[in-house]
Amino acid sequence: MLEDKDRIFQNLYNDFGADLASAKQRGDWKDTKEICGKGREWIINEIKTSELRGRGGAGFPTGLKWSFAPKEVGSRPHYLVINADESEPGTCKDRDILRFEPHKLIEGCLIASYAVNAHKCYIYIRGEYFNEGQKLQTAIDEAYKDGLLGKNSAGTDWELDIYIHYGAGAYICGEETALLESIEGKKGQPRLKPPFPALIGLYGCPTIINNVETISVVPTILRRGGKWFSSLGRPKNTGSKIYCISGNVNNPCNVEEEMGIPLKELIEKHAGGVIGGWDNLKAVIPGGSSMPLLPKETCETIKMDFDECVENKTGLGTAGIVVINKDQDIIKCMARIARFYKHESCGQCTPCREGSGWMWRMLERMAKGEATRDEVDMLLDVTKQIEGHTICAFGEGSSWPVQGLIRNFKDEIIERNKFDPIVKKQKDIPYLVDQHLLEKENA
Amino acid sequence: MAVKKISKVQPEKFEFNKKNKETADSIIKNYPSGKQQSAVMALLYLAQKQNDNWIPLSAMKYIAKYLDMPYIKVYEVATFYSMYNLTPVGKYFFQICTTTPCMLRGAYNLVDICKRKISEEENRLSEDGKTSWLEVECLGACVNAPMLQLNEDYYEDLDPTKLEQIIDKISNDEVPQPGSYRGRLSSEPENTRKTLIGNKNA
Repeated sequence: MLEDKDRIFQNLYNDFGADLASAKQRGDWKDTKEICGKGREWIINEIKTSELRGRGGAGFPTGLKWSFAPKEVGSRPHYLVINADESEPGTCKDRDILRFEPHKLIEGCLIASYAVNAHKCYIYIRGEYFNEGQKLQTAIDEAYKDGLLGKNSAGTDWELDIYIHYGAGAYICGEETALLESIEGKKGQPRLKPPFPALIGLYGCPTIINNVETISVVPTILRRGGKWFSSLGRPKNTGSKIYCISGNVNNPCNVEEEMGIPLKELIEKHAGGVIGGWDNLKAVIPGGSSMPLLPKETCETIKMDFDECVENKTGLGTAGIVVINKDQDIIKCMARIARFYKHESCGQCTPCREGSGWMWRMLERMAKGEATRDEVDMLLDVTKQIEGHTICAFGEGSSWPVQGLIRNFKDEIIERNKFDPIVKKQKDIPYLVDQHLLEKENA
Repeated sequence: MAVKKISKVQPEKFEFNKKNKETADSIIKNYPSGKQQSAVMALLYLAQKQNDNWIPLSAMKYIAKYLDMPYIKVYEVATFYSMYNLTPVGKYFFQICTTTPCMLRGAYNLVDICKRKISEEENRLSEDGKTSWLEVECLGACVNAPMLQLNEDYYEDLDPTKLEQIIDKISNDEVPQPGSYRGRLSSEPENTRKTLIGNKNA
């Protein structure tokens, strides 16, 4: 278990208050001038040494991302954009950073802006987090007043302005290019990549986009050294991470822990165990709703970091752990997630727009036991046709949880949907012709 | 994708009041010159707030002129994002999160209470005309589930009895205290806190 002194977010539970004075007492804004004084190369190298990977879900190395920004500012200004559009079901870590540790974020913005040559930083907060946004705005105003932002930010001779941009309830705007579209005042539909935002991003200018948690840990890493951060966890999966444990546990909570902590320890120790005891565990979604669920056997041993999750055919994602126990109907749970994706699809790519609704309707029928046995395979086929055929990763995000369900609980679905369709008995009937009519005849 | 309906009853004219005009102008300054279109989302919020929590078509036309952009682009934005109400909603607007993490902890029991105490259907005003409710997707407070958003505030760690009490208070025009309804301060684990012990209640 991570020692308390190594936890970056000391005020995660708001023991001290979020104002500038108490933030300074916790060590924020200390030596910011000296850190920036060491130069861009040093900052980016130190972040590379720390092996910090983005905390927004994809786990892209942050130092590498920053190094993609053009070294010299050309005719177009550079922008830094912070992604605080936290909407992944099961995830609520950024909310706590916005309301309790805003100065870590603001200081991180200054350092990151300096490192990528940006004079303007936009923080995109989801519209529902209105109060959190107001708290952040208060902190930004405090920082301006104290000379930590503005013309000569914190004595670094760097000019930085931070603006908050509120979203309005679209999950897809958490996708980086959709987020840029949204800031530009359009509907949030993702752009094709390449070109990548680091070269052509907001208003066609070089833009670096980072998650709130990623940026908030940067000042502490630079103060304590990249080596310190990389000493936590294991190579390529370093540092600490805020885990959100929700669902059927006795004490749902957010907790900052070392990368690679066993899932069982998180649930048993921090979240007070599964409701009804460990044996009552059915499955766990380890990284927000987009990631395939894990059956109980895997939950016994899995360690929560990027690579080990991938080895177990899932992903760490945003580390939003949703625990599902045996009192719940697992098919219904996944059907609800499918409804979420059906609701949030932006409608740009046909496979996703049509497929997400298709998956939802099939799962609802499977939950009720109204589907036919063959439809389970058909559902898997649908997920395969969405995955990889869309502009953004939403296609994967919506089909992976369904694939996870079929991979681990296929027997249970078939058990409930025993009905064997007529197609099998009369082989000459083409597969796709008016199957609903056939079913009626059969019934 | 979500279906959005436009209200059949539309006011003829809309204009920002003086205060909102000032706010709008200062928001436009947040963006580079010539990129005033970026402010459309914020201006739609202002219009929504000024117009009893919903946006009429005349407001979209007004904003389009205000930002020097085509009306259809504003309409596109207003219909794309789910937080813009295009039909009248209650003065007290309950949005209940029912996505899986909340569902696991009994969000549909809250929906039942809303059906019983507010109105049978979503987005229909209650009998006294003050409240309406809506099922929404994840509001991002999963460790405090089940929860709901009432106008701008989050009400967390609810159960059916507590929701009934909240609705009763609302019908007397009292706004109850937002936050956790099990006495939690934030997203800390109840009873068994194992981390940051030295800071506890500092």
